[in-house]
Amino acid sequence: MPSSSPFLRQPASVQLVMLKVLAALLPGIAIYINFFGWAVVVQIAIASVTALLAEALMLTIRKKPVRPFLADGSALVTAWLVALTVPPIAPWWLTMLAVLIAIVIAKHLYGGLGQNPFNPAMVAFCSMIVAYPQLMSQWPAVGFTDFAAQIQAIFGQRHLDAIVMATPLDALRTALHTPEARATVSGVLGSHATFGNIGGKGWEWIALGYLIGGLWLIQQRVITWHVPAAFLGTLCLASLLANLANPDQYAGPVFHMLTGGAMLGAFFIATDPVSGSTTPRGKLIFAAGLALLTWIIRVFGAYPDGIAFATLLMNICVPLIDMHTQPAVFGHKGKAGKEPQR
Amino acid sequence: MNVRELFKFTGGVKPASHKAESNQAAIAVAPLSPVLTVPLRQNAGLASRPLVQAGDKVLKGQIIAGPGGSISVAIHAPTSGTVRGIETHPIPHPSGLLSPCVVIEADGEDRWIEHSAVDPYSLPVDELRMRLRDAGVVGLGGAAFPSFVKTQHSPTQDIETLILNGAECEPFITCDDLLMRTKPDEILDGAAILAHIAGAKRIVVGIEDNKPEAVSAMSTAAAKRSGLPIEVIAVPTRYPAGGEKQLIRVLTGIEIPFGKLGPDYGVQCFNVGTACATARALLSGEPMISRLVTVTGNVERPGNFEVRIGTPISDLLKLAEPKADTDRTLMGGPMMGFALPTLDAPLVKATNCILAGSKAMFPPPGPEMPCIRCGSCARACPMDLQPFEMFWFSRAKILGKAQEYHLFDCIECGCCTYVCPSRIPLVDYFRFAKSEIRAREKENEAADAARLRYEFRLEREEREKQEKAAKLAAKAAETKAKLAAAGDADEKKALIAAAMARTQEPKAEEKPSAE
Ligand code: SF4
Ligand code: SF4
Repeated sequence: MPSSSPFLRQPASVQLVMLKVLAALLPGIAIYINFFGWAVVVQIAIASVTALLAEALMLTIRKKPVRPFLADGSALVTAWLVALTVPPIAPWWLTMLAVLIAIVIAKHLYGGLGQNPFNPAMVAFCSMIVAYPQLMSQWPAVGFTDFAAQIQAIFGQRHLDAIVMATPLDALRTALHTPEARATVSGVLGSHATFGNIGGKGWEWIALGYLIGGLWLIQQRVITWHVPAAFLGTLCLASLLANLANPDQYAGPVFHMLTGGAMLGAFFIATDPVSGSTTPRGKLIFAAGLALLTWIIRVFGAYPDGIAFATLLMNICVPLIDMHTQPAVFGHKGKAGKEPQR
Repeated sequence: MNVRELFKFTGGVKPASHKAESNQAAIAVAPLSPVLTVPLRQNAGLASRPLVQAGDKVLKGQIIAGPGGSISVAIHAPTSGTVRGIETHPIPHPSGLLSPCVVIEADGEDRWIEHSAVDPYSLPVDELRMRLRDAGVVGLGGAAFPSFVKTQHSPTQDIETLILNGAECEPFITCDDLLMRTKPDEILDGAAILAHIAGAKRIVVGIEDNKPEAVSAMSTAAAKRSGLPIEVIAVPTRYPAGGEKQLIRVLTGIEIPFGKLGPDYGVQCFNVGTACATARALLSGEPMISRLVTVTGNVERPGNFEVRIGTPISDLLKLAEPKADTDRTLMGGPMMGFALPTLDAPLVKATNCILAGSKAMFPPPGPEMPCIRCGSCARACPMDLQPFEMFWFSRAKILGKAQEYHLFDCIECGCCTYVCPSRIPLVDYFRFAKSEIRAREKENEAADAARLRYEFRLEREEREKQEKAAKLAAKAAETKAKLAAAGDADEKKALIAAAMARTQEPKAEEKPSAE
């Protein structure tokens, strides 16, 4: 029984926060299933089970109470984000390994819930893409929803060359980076089977799903508008300026915002409270930096999507950003409080 | 009610208000308890100095303790009877603090001492202020700060606006609500006097808009009056709108930073109960011997009671018939109040609410989890602080850093703890850190004082040594002169002996005076 105030508490819990994040992912996942088949659900299951086991193991080793921490749902959020960022037909061990890296190394070795300076899911993604670049870029063609084949790909040895296809971002980069191809953005986007009307066939719909979930999170006050707005705004601006300067070489803002992990990043990755900035102005700076780095890595880098690396880079800057963006406290907003009104 | 632009304060929370339970019944007068225990320490500032002793007969309203310093007021016998003595007794305090109290055995006659009204507008303001002090008027909003001090201001300050705080933002508490509904004229009389003393040119009354009856009663009363312009403003209901700084901000747009006071910005704020007590003290000559208290929560008959100061809280609670599963009793509201370690403690001037609680009413929060830096606490903080940063440093006992994050701006409103999904008792950490820092400062001050004393003593000893040396030199010169004059050897010896004796003397004298 607490003997000190306040005696009233809002019915809030870490668990509720995490459950809302998971719920917000559902629209995106549903559309994902529609375009890429049920394989993603298998990935989510593998990741979830692995995450919970790893979490329980680490809590036991660290002599922490297992029950409340396991129930907090934070491991599941990490697991789902990993599952949604690896290709749906990635082999089971790759997903498991990624989740283990996220939970064991990026989360618990840094002190567990609330202590990790880096976004665990992004640490996992980066490790995997460095270690297994091939497997990490094997996406099934949009519309390839043959579940049996997918299961074989995940658990069997079957080679999936037939169904594998580069992601829109990848395809665009490969084409643009091959000088002899003389490709232009519009040329690639128009001719390639991967590309739908806007952000790549299927991808724009998934992005829309994440957008809806993300807006709901803002409405639920789980996240604030700062990070998504600054992220999408900056990404939009950077791609727009480049596109205006050279439309042949640089894709426009709509493509960038609706492809790859932009929406997932804006609403679910950059908004991770633990590893992100906490002050309102800090969030704007953090997300803007993240978006700019993402765009640079996407356009000039060698990896399929820039969000993961950009996130880790910006995570490093968080303490500095927070330190310099402390909001003014009550009465100190002007120079020395507001002057009396006479 | 005038329409005027209101300002907003950031943060705040909206807990269920639970006002309806206790604001329905009419005010009841609590019966006289046989023994009243009146603490000498009731106001912010210094404790009062007792003026009675065991066996003294006292009348209702008689001064039993005088102000114990410049920030202190008089205390009065709440009824007539005999002083049993000045005893240490538990007072309402989170740690069950014991403190000296004047214990009065009531004679049941409840006989008033002679008292009379004054015309406040014919007396000099300094006289009025002294009368407020001698009538024991302190702020009834909870802090119990002596009101006469608040009406004072330096010549460079100019109090323009007197703000009457009728916001009553804490859940459950309704004593100000009832007071405003039933005694709006008396409140405004008192407010006008306070404004007169402070030199204010207008009065603004702030009431949370969940109290429409109080707003209309006060507006009607205000409309009838002539004199200073009075505005009655309904402010949006959001805890802690009744925090002094928050209310001033909402009504005037002025933000008073830490370390500054209202008069620095031309405003001063009084609780509606304080205004009413001021009117009573001057217009009827009745000192502050009772107050309105809400008794509510897990009780059968919640309501508001006019209760004598010194009444045992257990007696008061009984009037509202606590339910069987009551497991704690709070003084104050659920957001800023504290659990009383014992119901033995008496009611004091600062007691605005006695709140019975149960497990069902205040379910224990789930297990504390690590901070996930979600920032909910910062968004809820009405002082625009970063509670999670202060928490981090307070827990690690890096107190200097906690202070850099404006720990002392924290008004302990509890909003941060209220919203924290990790159920961290943030305010507890801040209270702890503040008391730690204060203790350290006190230690430093004590060390400084000791060092000063030491230096002062060294200096004094040095000075005395020099004075003595000078004296001796003078004597020696005198002796020499005498010796030169008197040729006789025996006489010489006698003089030397006398001189020797004189040099011994001061040493003997010096001892008792050392330190
Ligand atoms: S509300 Fe609680 S968990 Fe969230 S930042 Fe504040 S202290 Fe941390
Ligand atoms: S208790 Fe202090 S830190 Fe917490 S919300 Fe209130 S003022 Fe802010």
